[in-house]
Amino acid sequence: MYEIIQVEGLTKIFPAEKNRLPLRAVDEINFLVKEGEVFGFLGPNGAGKTTTIRMLTGLSRPTSGQARLLNLDLTSELARIKKQIGVVPETSNLYDELTALDNLIFSMQLYGVPRSERKQRAESLLERFRLSNKCNTPFVKLSRGMKRSLTIAAALAHRPPLIFLDEPTTGLDVMSARSLRQMIASLRADGVTIFLTTHYLEEAERLCDRIAIIVNGKIVALDTVDGLKSSIQQKCIVEITLAGENGQLEKRRLDCASGIEAAIQQVLNDGSRGNIVSINTIRPSLEDVFVHLTGLNVEVMLAEKAGKGGSNAGG
Amino acid sequence: MLADDLRGMFYIALKDLKAYYFKPPNISWGILFPFAFILAFAIRNPGDLRSLVPGLLALTILFGTSSMEAIVIVFERRIGSLERLLLSPVRLPALLAGKLLGGMTFGLTVTLVILAISLAIFGTSHLNWFLLMLTLLLSATAFSAMGAFVSVAVREVFEAQTLANFIRFPMIFLGGVFVPLETMPGWLQTVARLLPLTYSVEALRVSFSGKPGTAALIDLCALLGFSIVLFSMAVHTLSKRLS
Repeated sequence: MYEIIQVEGLTKIFPAEKNRLPLRAVDEINFLVKEGEVFGFLGPNGAGKTTTIRMLTGLSRPTSGQARLLNLDLTSELARIKKQIGVVPETSNLYDELTALDNLIFSMQLYGVPRSERKQRAESLLERFRLSNKCNTPFVKLSRGMKRSLTIAAALAHRPPLIFLDEPTTGLDVMSARSLRQMIASLRADGVTIFLTTHYLEEAERLCDRIAIIVNGKIVALDTVDGLKSSIQQKCIVEITLAGENGQLEKRRLDCASGIEAAIQQVLNDGSRGNIVSINTIRPSLEDVFVHLTGLNVEVMLAEKAGKGGSNAGG
Repeated sequence: MLADDLRGMFYIALKDLKAYYFKPPNISWGILFPFAFILAFAIRNPGDLRSLVPGLLALTILFGTSSMEAIVIVFERRIGSLERLLLSPVRLPALLAGKLLGGMTFGLTVTLVILAISLAIFGTSHLNWFLLMLTLLLSATAFSAMGAFVSVAVREVFEAQTLANFIRFPMIFLGGVFVPLETMPGWLQTVARLLPLTYSVEALRVSFSGKPGTAALIDLCALLGFSIVLFSMAVHTLSKRLS
């Protein structure tokens, strides 16, 4: 198993524009992605996730630093790299006017898939993504989840060994998101290396072999999910469940480093209404790790994302 | 790499023709608009209708190639699908050349329909086929490159339409379609010489007179020059925008 992506000191600085100072969007990041793994790239809005993907896929030129993908240099061998990667951007961007089948065939034409293989390969992708019955439906008429699936199928049409998925489940309903996660897992089983950015921590926890957390352009943690959790294992976390006047339950997680009594007191001092139903000490989740490292509120982050056009696909 | 570029050019053009160009509204607009202009002129100044054919062809190829071309790239940039092409192994000049090829094919197809109708009515006497076809091809390239430049120079679709019309409409009146260049004041003739349509109309007139000479050669060279300059400007502008 070799390192399919090698990143060293990668930096992107956007020059000053009117009303904006120069922006160091990605700041000397280093990481390696092993062949066949699902590598998660997590971070809050504006942390540098998409900028990193844009640099690694040749859409944006790094200000400094180096990267090698598939043992090829990003700067001097970009055309060869492009032939061997698939990219699924945050928004489904196939051609509205073309049918599902034509969109897949056009993707194959661009990447030089032999004519004799195109139709069969497209049909097999449509079947795999459960879109066979939408074969002749224009892209514009597909549901959001179907559009997302077809966009992933198009990125796989030339059978790349490495695929970049930028927020693949953002904006999908729960069922579509679940189905897409199953597909991502099946791609991994096929040996495809996946570079995944997501806002949904449960999704990352479920799918990723290793995760890098990026904040303000810098990678602040990189490890397996268990490794990240064990880094804050010594932390004491307590989950307090409150029952409101109408019987509605509210769960609150608190750091109980100063003792469980102090955590309970904090809940009471916060003016929380209702009776305490249960108090549990729990093992830290990836969310706890994320909150610990970024100091951010995950709900606020997801709400901000939803405000930008997404919806809840977590869970 | 060259094979990737050539293949990309061909399939990008084919995709654009299928997705955007060969739609009924485009075809009818491409044919009706120049006809309406010429008809209005012919009613106002009845005379030798055959002499209007070069102008009609020039207008048809101008609108046929540049109308959609000016919108396609900015539209694809807005919806994100241009990114698909940028992520593919096709290099930027080849990508834009594919866009040009789509516009040229559509413009030439519509113009050939107009040409067939015109020749059926007025006959083919004194027609220099070689010069005619070469002029149409180079005109299509220049106007398509102009459309591509407009499309990459703006950020919104409506801006592309505005800018394209801002360039095209003065060109129609200064390019010698309705008023011969010789009858214009000297300074206006100089302005007209900066417009590709002027050379297109001139070369088409010569091809219908059947007497090609040095002037026609200069016209063809000018059209080739416009094509190269406008295409280079489009590639440079898009590359700058993307970086």
